[in-house]
Amino acid sequence: MASLKHLLGIEGLNPVTATSLLDLAESYVLLNRSGKTQRDLLRGRTLINLFFEDSTRTRTSFELAGRRLGADVVNMSVATSSVTKGETLLDTAATLNAMNCDLLVVRHNRSGAPHLLAEKVGAAVINAGDGTHEHPTQALLDALTIRRNKGRIAGLTVAICGDIAHSRVARSNILLLTMMGNFVRLIGPPTLIPGGIATSGVSVFHDMEEGLQGADIVMMLRLQKERMTGGMVPSTREFFAYYGLDRRKLGFAKPDALVMHPGPMNRGVEIDSAIADDAARSRIQEQVEMGVAVRMAVLDTLARG
Amino acid sequence: MSTLFRKIRYLDEAAQNLIEGDLLVQGGVIADFGQNLGRPDGAAIVEAEGAVLAPGLVDLRASLGEPGFEYRETIASAAEAAAAGGITSIAVLPDSAPPIDDPALLHLIISRGVETGSVSLLPYAAATRGLRGEELAEYGLLKAAGAVAFTDGGKAIASSRMMRLALAYAAGFGMRIVQHPEDAELARGGAATAGARATWMGLPGIPAAAEAICVARDIRLAKLTGGAVHFAHVTTGEALDLIRTAKDKGLKVTCDTAPPYFDLNETAIGDYRTYCKLSPPLRTETDRLAVIAALADGTIDAIASDHQPRDPDDKRLPFADAAPGGAGLATLLGVTLARVQEGQLTLPQALALLTKRPAAWLGIEAGVIARGRPADLVLFHPERSWQVQAGALPGKAQNTPFDGRALEGVVLGTWKSGKRVYG
Repeated sequence: MASLKHLLGIEGLNPVTATSLLDLAESYVLLNRSGKTQRDLLRGRTLINLFFEDSTRTRTSFELAGRRLGADVVNMSVATSSVTKGETLLDTAATLNAMNCDLLVVRHNRSGAPHLLAEKVGAAVINAGDGTHEHPTQALLDALTIRRNKGRIAGLTVAICGDIAHSRVARSNILLLTMMGNFVRLIGPPTLIPGGIATSGVSVFHDMEEGLQGADIVMMLRLQKERMTGGMVPSTREFFAYYGLDRRKLGFAKPDALVMHPGPMNRGVEIDSAIADDAARSRIQEQVEMGVAVRMAVLDTLARG
Repeated sequence: MSTLFRKIRYLDEAAQNLIEGDLLVQGGVIADFGQNLGRPDGAAIVEAEGAVLAPGLVDLRASLGEPGFEYRETIASAAEAAAAGGITSIAVLPDSAPPIDDPALLHLIISRGVETGSVSLLPYAAATRGLRGEELAEYGLLKAAGAVAFTDGGKAIASSRMMRLALAYAAGFGMRIVQHPEDAELARGGAATAGARATWMGLPGIPAAAEAICVARDIRLAKLTGGAVHFAHVTTGEALDLIRTAKDKGLKVTCDTAPPYFDLNETAIGDYRTYCKLSPPLRTETDRLAVIAALADGTIDAIASDHQPRDPDDKRLPFADAAPGGAGLATLLGVTLARVQEGQLTLPQALALLTKRPAAWLGIEAGVIARGRPADLVLFHPERSWQVQAGALPGKAQNTPFDGRALEGVVLGTWKSGKRVYG
């Protein structure tokens, strides 16, 4: 496969590269389940998890992935005050260069921050979520979850529901799913659907019943609490009534439609507990498992590149 | 001291085309121009060899770092950049620290300009005290101290009531209010023009309509008060349509734009290039073309540099955190001439937008080649090219949105009151 220097977004990948990442991840699923490890692959390499924003699950997932491949993993959490975060970013880059870090996993609350770092550090940079821009490993793990359950990652109808406007998960998923030849439906109130999002292969709905018709996958997004204070939706109660996924609304999708969520969930806001915990429909736990495998594939590929 | 420019091309005001000839400067003023002028004893000779001699450019809008932001730029370094760009007069925005809202501060700016010896600084004064948008500044006293107009700089006068008062009160002194045309509420927190690009880059958007909404309101307030409003750095076709209509109706409405808005579009911010983060933000290609059309049909009264000096530390940040603004003094002429090369403006049109029209707007004795006028002049070669390079620009501010752009139009020399200040 083509060599990758960084993974800053799904933008920049092509279907061939994405497929080889998924295939490699698939092999790591089997390895992880067998209880074996491949600790020689990244032996002697240093992976730094640089998190400017709290995220226990993503950080842990990258940490596990790195350790299973034998890398030395260091976690750095950088507290950000709104005034100093920029300075911190470039100062941190200089520090990391001095440490000879090989793989740098970055989460930042500003779009483009990993791109800025990638210009300044020698390490391969992996975007673990930047602002409202991209979260490429999340889209890859979602694609792997879909492919394992549906046997393919093409020609499917995937509904992404909720706060599209502030979701980097949505953006990365739209890019990856449409690139692989799926149909994407975005469902949410007009205040949470950003302008210009409807590229080719994407359609927008404001009504769950209409939008979920014939969907193979229902992907729910987390509604950030601060959206309420920003006045973009009037209340969680109203949001749940119209856009929260419950048994009745799931009934509009295909009978075998699967439910996904990038986590962490707001139960009773965007998803009903009865759905989230329904083993027959929900693939939320499997997504977490696929996360480790996909991140192993990404680290492996970038370390080779 | 006298200087004879030989074999120049200059703009014949009557015929509105370039003619060849000589021009004589004596005692700091234009003494004579025409064919085959004799050489007075002791006159220095400048062999122009067919280069264009034009009035020194009159820049209707620039922020200088001084006072308060000397780490970005000083008046001396801005003067150096201006001279290299052929600019001999600059209308200076009041958004310094402290803001220019007191007669003593106007005297400071004017005298610092005189000290440079190369550029006249014509200060705007704050429209509201401290640029806070809450109470009127002392327009009468500020006008007497040399204010050319009133503005809150890069901040819109957001309150309709405040804008109404400002327009009405300024009208009593025959003065204009210069507005940064942007609905403050719609623009708050935004970093790029709202639309597909901002959405896919994950940047908070400012709808293009924020400009038209403010322009529509202020035109209506100008009508209500009889006041005169000037819209700075207009960037959208919709706002320009409103201004065009208002002008046709005879309202006291004028406007300017700046080179980024007719040379670049929103795609320039790709890869999070913070040097292209401007306020207002770069727009769509459709709007860029509408700005060019409005330059050509005369709706736009002047092209200003909209110079906003920034330090690397202001710009080496995630896009949403980076300070907006671009350095514009050195590239004002070249980017404007690009419109001539592309056949969108004639050379006389382009020069008028940089000289005669802003000078008339400011009411200063500049911007035309006429006998007895101060010899503020720029000699440039319209066909020679250079490449814009951030890091190699004259002056301190290097934050050009035109980094890497090849421009035709090389300034060979700049003269202020007959004294050579560049080249």
